Amino acid sequence: MKVLVPVKRVIDYNVKPRVKADQTGVDLANVKMSMNPFDEIAVEEAVRLKEKGVATEIVAVSVGPTQAQETLRTALAMGADRAILVQANDQDLEPLAVAKVLKAIVAEESPEVVLLGKQAIDGDNNAVGQMLAALLEWPQATFASKIEIAGGAAKVTREVDGGLQTIEATLPAVITVDLRLNEPRYASLPNIMKAKKKPLDVKELASVGADVASRLKVLKVTEPAKRGGGIKVETAQDLVMKLKNEAGVL
Amino acid sequence: MAVLVIADHDNAALKDNTHKAVTAAQKISGDIDVLVAGQGAQAAADAAGKIEGVRKVLLAESAELDQGLAEAFEALVVPLMANYDAVLIPSTSLGKNIAPRIAAKLDVAQISDAVEVVDANTFVRPIYAGNALETVQSSDAKKVITVRPTAFKAAAEGGSASVETIAAPAAPAKVKFVEQQIVQSERPELGAAKIVVSGGRAMGSAEEFQRVIEPLADKLGAAVGASRAAVDAGYAPNDYQVGQTGKVVAPDLYIAVGISGAIQHLAGMKDSKVIVAINKDGDAPIFQIADYGLVADYKTAVPELMSALDGSAK
Ligand SMILES: Cc1cc2nc3c(=O)[nH]c(=O)nc-3n(C[C@H](O)[C@H](O)[C@H](O)COP(=O)(O)OP(=O)(O)OC[C@H]3O[C@@H](n4cnc5c(N)ncnc54)[C@H](O)[C@@H]3O)c2cc1C
Ligand SMILES: Cc1cc2nc3c(=O)[nH]c(=O)nc-3n(C[C@H](O)[C@H](O)[C@H](O)COP(=O)(O)OP(=O)(O)OC[C@H]3O[C@@H](n4cnc5c(N)ncnc54)[C@H](O)[C@@H]3O)c2cc1C
Repeated sequence: MKVLVPVKRVIDYNVKPRVKADQTGVDLANVKMSMNPFDEIAVEEAVRLKEKGVATEIVAVSVGPTQAQETLRTALAMGADRAILVQANDQDLEPLAVAKVLKAIVAEESPEVVLLGKQAIDGDNNAVGQMLAALLEWPQATFASKIEIAGGAAKVTREVDGGLQTIEATLPAVITVDLRLNEPRYASLPNIMKAKKKPLDVKELASVGADVASRLKVLKVTEPAKRGGGIKVETAQDLVMKLKNEAGVL
Repeated sequence: MAVLVIADHDNAALKDNTHKAVTAAQKISGDIDVLVAGQGAQAAADAAGKIEGVRKVLLAESAELDQGLAEAFEALVVPLMANYDAVLIPSTSLGKNIAPRIAAKLDVAQISDAVEVVDANTFVRPIYAGNALETVQSSDAKKVITVRPTAFKAAAEGGSASVETIAAPAAPAKVKFVEQQIVQSERPELGAAKIVVSGGRAMGSAEEFQRVIEPLADKLGAAVGASRAAVDAGYAPNDYQVGQTGKVVAPDLYIAVGISGAIQHLAGMKDSKVIVAINKDGDAPIFQIADYGLVADYKTAVPELMSALDGSAK
């Protein structure tokens, strides 16, 4: 079984994003970039499926700038077999466009499972996986916290409001992963070295033949209102008094 | 131009998120229909008809809709969109699951987690864990919008729209529901509560979380939340998680106990009206956004808080 894992290069989750003064976006110059944390979880799950003998090949794919090769090398060091970069240097693609590019890659690669992060921590759209499933007319299992693959189906436990839901999707299927699915491994030094020799195919966005036109125009990016500074109280008694008399919330 | 709002409900009752999505819809059009999809959901549909400003309620019932299967919602909603210029869905786990699938089928962008409707084509949405707000203008003929409920006031009651039952689609062929474990709780719902008490990694165990956080919440009539660290460690169930990748809450009062204040956590609660932090580390980042900070060990501070609350009868 072949597994396709789309991975996105995003701002490192430890970095506090700063909005540019001209309101055109978030300042990413000289900012540490990493693999989207959810995508690390997706790669880890794919590697575990391979270790269990369920998956036979793992292909990582990223749609993004030249530097996204680093992100793909990370996926290779974690255990992916091959990587594909769809190079899109000057454009930030919207989820629908990313899904269309991924659909074209799926047509070439014919994976039985596409494992993605549920959400990228920059765009926060939580959309690409569901959109890809719709375009492919495949079933979807989102927000997975447990995945079992057997007999041509994926049994997936999903994190939903109020608790957990389990569904069974016939393969091929799209699965998006949530935080509690697993804890991603750190790539070992020998594996990082080995990853440098694994195949990484670069395609130009135009060659994929997907419609990537923007549907949304970003008018501005602004900073949210800051909260006024608060105060420290000395005792629990003070706190209750202030909440009653000053804040009026008790 | 008419718009459709997909209701958040549990069949028996309508949730407030629906009223909030209606408020967002009012900025787009005066012709608002509400779709109630579930099973045995007549009561929820009747309630939707009572929201002020609602023109008509559509009721569709099947097991797969009740189970929230995205494929069933796609089959129901995509054809309906011939009659509407926009569909708005509260960004619950159901909304997040189904809306992108509907958008892709309509070949339009999704406006994810709108916090403001500027006009029928222009929306504000948080990106980067709420550290930036993006104003986007859509060029799509039809809009698919998930709505962050905490950003909108609930529409008032006072409507008298009729309920029209529509056919549910055939069951999807490639996916089926297996089982569900939904926690029943007497406490108010996290997303809708006026007061939220959240515990963090400092609790150290599920027993301690239950001993410390839950009684405080119950005394205040509050919902219980948690940081990701507390959830990952198994101190609290996953749907308690507040944050960028958990629930977004904006209660009148948010009390964070033993939570450091990572940006991913702040993303889920920084729009609360009043924030209280109890943390033994005076430099914890949570104090930068707290209105009232108490630098103390929770082991002494929470019992003191409990007795101070007792002493100041409501
Ligand atoms: C400077 C800047 C400007 C931007 N301008 C715009 C804009 O004008 N309009 C706009 O809509 N957005 C804009 N964005 C947001 C950005 O393009 C979004 O990240 C994009 O829309 C994808 O959404 P998402 O990452 O939130 O996807 P999600 O749906 O949250 O991602 C889910 C999963 O899909 C996969 N995935 C997502 N993207 C990729 C990818 N490129 N390659 C491989 N896998 C991927 C990953 O597995 C990921 O976990 C901008 C971002 C930046 C940094
Ligand atoms: C992709 C991604 C998504 C994430 N999404 C979320 C999310 O949605 N929500 C979320 O919460 N986090 C999220 N996180 C995790 C986040 O980065 C933090 O790791 C997490 O919020 C930390 O939880 P915490 O504050 O409970 O733990 P810690 O950071 O360990 O803080 C514990 C605090 O307790 C205090 N403390 C210890 N003992 C006591 C005591 N006896 N009395 C009083 N105080 C005490 C300490 O001083 C410390 O400040 C995400 C991370 C990633 C990478």
